[in-house]
Amino acid sequence: MTIIMNWTMKITTSPGNSIISGIGFGSFDRGNRVYNKKVMELFTNPKNVGEMENPDGVGRVGNPKCGDMMELYIRVKDGIITEIKFKTFGCAAAIATSSMVTEMAKGKNLEEAGCITKQQVADELEGLPPLKMHCSNLAADALKLAIEDYRSKQAGEPQADTSEEV
Amino acid sequence: MEKRVYLDHGATTMVDPLVVEEMLPFFTQRYGNPSSLHEFGTEAKNALDKARERVMRLINAGLEKELVFTSGGTEADNIAIQGAAFGNMSKGKHIITSVIEHPAVKNTCKHLEKNGFEVTWLPVDQHGLIDMYELAEAIREDTTLISLMFANNEIGTVQDIFAIGALARERGVLFHTDAVQAVGKVEIDVNKLNIDLLSLSAHKMHGPKGIGALYVRKDTKLKPIIFGGGHEWGLRSSTENVPGIVGLGKAADLCRMEMPEETPRLVGLRDRLIRGVLGSGMDEVYLNGHPEKRLPNNAHFRFSYIEGEGLLLLLDAKGIAASTGSACSSTSLEPSAVLTAIGLRHDLAHGSLRCTLGRFTTQDEIDHVIKELPPIVQKLRDMSPVGKGREWFGADDDENDHDHHHELDDEDNNLARE
Repeated sequence: MTIIMNWTMKITTSPGNSIISGIGFGSFDRGNRVYNKKVMELFTNPKNVGEMENPDGVGRVGNPKCGDMMELYIRVKDGIITEIKFKTFGCAAAIATSSMVTEMAKGKNLEEAGCITKQQVADELEGLPPLKMHCSNLAADALKLAIEDYRSKQAGEPQADTSEEV
Repeated sequence: MEKRVYLDHGATTMVDPLVVEEMLPFFTQRYGNPSSLHEFGTEAKNALDKARERVMRLINAGLEKELVFTSGGTEADNIAIQGAAFGNMSKGKHIITSVIEHPAVKNTCKHLEKNGFEVTWLPVDQHGLIDMYELAEAIREDTTLISLMFANNEIGTVQDIFAIGALARERGVLFHTDAVQAVGKVEIDVNKLNIDLLSLSAHKMHGPKGIGALYVRKDTKLKPIIFGGGHEWGLRSSTENVPGIVGLGKAADLCRMEMPEETPRLVGLRDRLIRGVLGSGMDEVYLNGHPEKRLPNNAHFRFSYIEGEGLLLLLDAKGIAASTGSACSSTSLEPSAVLTAIGLRHDLAHGSLRCTLGRFTTQDEIDHVIKELPPIVQKLRDMSPVGKGREWFGADDDENDHDHHHELDDEDNNLARE
C-alpha cells in the first residue's frame, strides 16, 4: 500500500484491533475529547429510561455486533404520544440520542414524531462525533418503528415485525 | 482536586521521577552526538553503552551488540519481522504468528502476506493460549520465523514462551516475541527461553515514550528496513535518541532491582482487585484471560449486558482511568479481535474492562475501584434492554447460539485476520 498524505485524507485503521484507553479525566460539565457537554449530560442523566407496561407501540433496533441495541416504548392517546420510555445498550452517544429522541417526541402527534430525523436528533445534541452519526444514532429509527407498530396494531393487522437489522 | 486513580498502565505509565532526573542532563549539558569523536560525543556514547548494558541485564542478554535501540515497540516489531522475513528469503517465505498479536505484529505480517510471504495465523483457546501441537504442525521446511507475543496486551495471558522457544530452536526457526507488556514485570532470560528477537518499549515500564529496543541474538540474519548513516550496526540508522535511551536504561535498571519485591506486590493487588470485583455480589461478571498464566498487573473483566464505553466514561467521572476493548470507543466498529478470538460473543466482548496496575498503584486505589464499580455497572444494566433471561433476538441471530467459550470459528477467524 502506498500512502499519499493530504490534509483531507481519511485515516482508516484495520477493524477490531484497538483497545482504547481513558477518554480523559475531568468532570463532565466541560464535555470531553469525544463528546460535547450536552451529550455527556444526557448520557450521565438520561431522561425517560425504563420499560413500560402494555405499551401501545414498541420499536426495536440494533445489533450486538456493533454494540448498540435499543428498545423504545410509546403510549398514545388521541394520536398524541403521551408517554415514552427507552432501554439502550450502547455507548454514550447511543444513550444520549435515545434520551433526546424521547424528549423530542413526547407530546407530539404521531405525524410530527414520525418525521423526527437522525440529523435533527444530532443537531439537538449540538453535534455527535462523525463516526457515531451512523452507528449509534438509532433512536429516530426506533421511534419510527414504534409508531409503525402502534399503527399496525390499530389497524387490527397481525403485529408487524418490530425489529430491524441495522 | 478529586482523587484520580490510574489503572491504564497497559496503555502507558508515569515516568519514574528517578528516570526523569537521569535523563535531564542529556538535554542541556551532555547533548553530544554519540557518533562524534570529541568529548561531547564520547559522553553521549558512554551513556549509550551504559543504557544498553542495563537493558541487556534486565533480559539476561549476555554479549555486546545484541540490542538495537528503536523508537518503540512498534518499530522493534517491524525491524524484527520484516528484517527476518527479508533476510532469510533464501530459506523460505513462511511465517507463523497468532490471531491475538498486537497490531504492530499483526499488520506487519499482513503487509508481508500482501508481498509474497505466507503467514500461518494460529488460533488461541478460551484463555488466549496457543496450542503447542498446532504450532509444531505449522512449522514447515520454508518457515523462517515464529512471532508470538510474550503476554497479551488486552487480556494479559502469558504464553508458554519456554516451550515455544525450545520448539523453535529444535526446528531451526527464528523466534521473535513482542514482550512489550511483559518486560520489567516478569523475569525474562533470552538465553534460557531461546528467544532470538525480543521487542520492548520504555513507556510501558515507567520510562519515556518514543524509545524502545530490539534484542537481536548474535548471528541472527536481519535485513535493515531503514537506511541511512548505519547507526546501530546498520539496523536502525538515525542519530540515537540519547535522553530517551538513558531513560530506558534507568527504567530497565529500576525494574530489574525492584522486580523481586514489585512483582509479588502487583500480583497481590491484582488478585485483590479480581477477588473484590468478582466477589462484589454483581451477577455475570467474569475474568477474561488465563486465571494463573497472566501478567502480574493485568485484571481484565467482562460484564454481561453492558457496553464498555459507558463503563469507561462513568468510571472516568469518578476519576478512575481504565480501558475497554469495546468497539464503541474505538475508531473501528468491531469489538476487539482478541476478545472475539477467545470466543466471546460480540455483545459480551463489548462489555469488557481492562485494569492494568503499575509501580505507583496503591491498595487504597484498588479498594476505591472495588467500591465505585458495582453501582456504575448497575446503572448501565438498569438502562440495558438485555439482561438475564432477556436475550436479544432478531438481528444477529447467528451469534445467539454461540457458547461463551467456543473455539475460534471461521467468522471470528476472519474477523481477527482482517
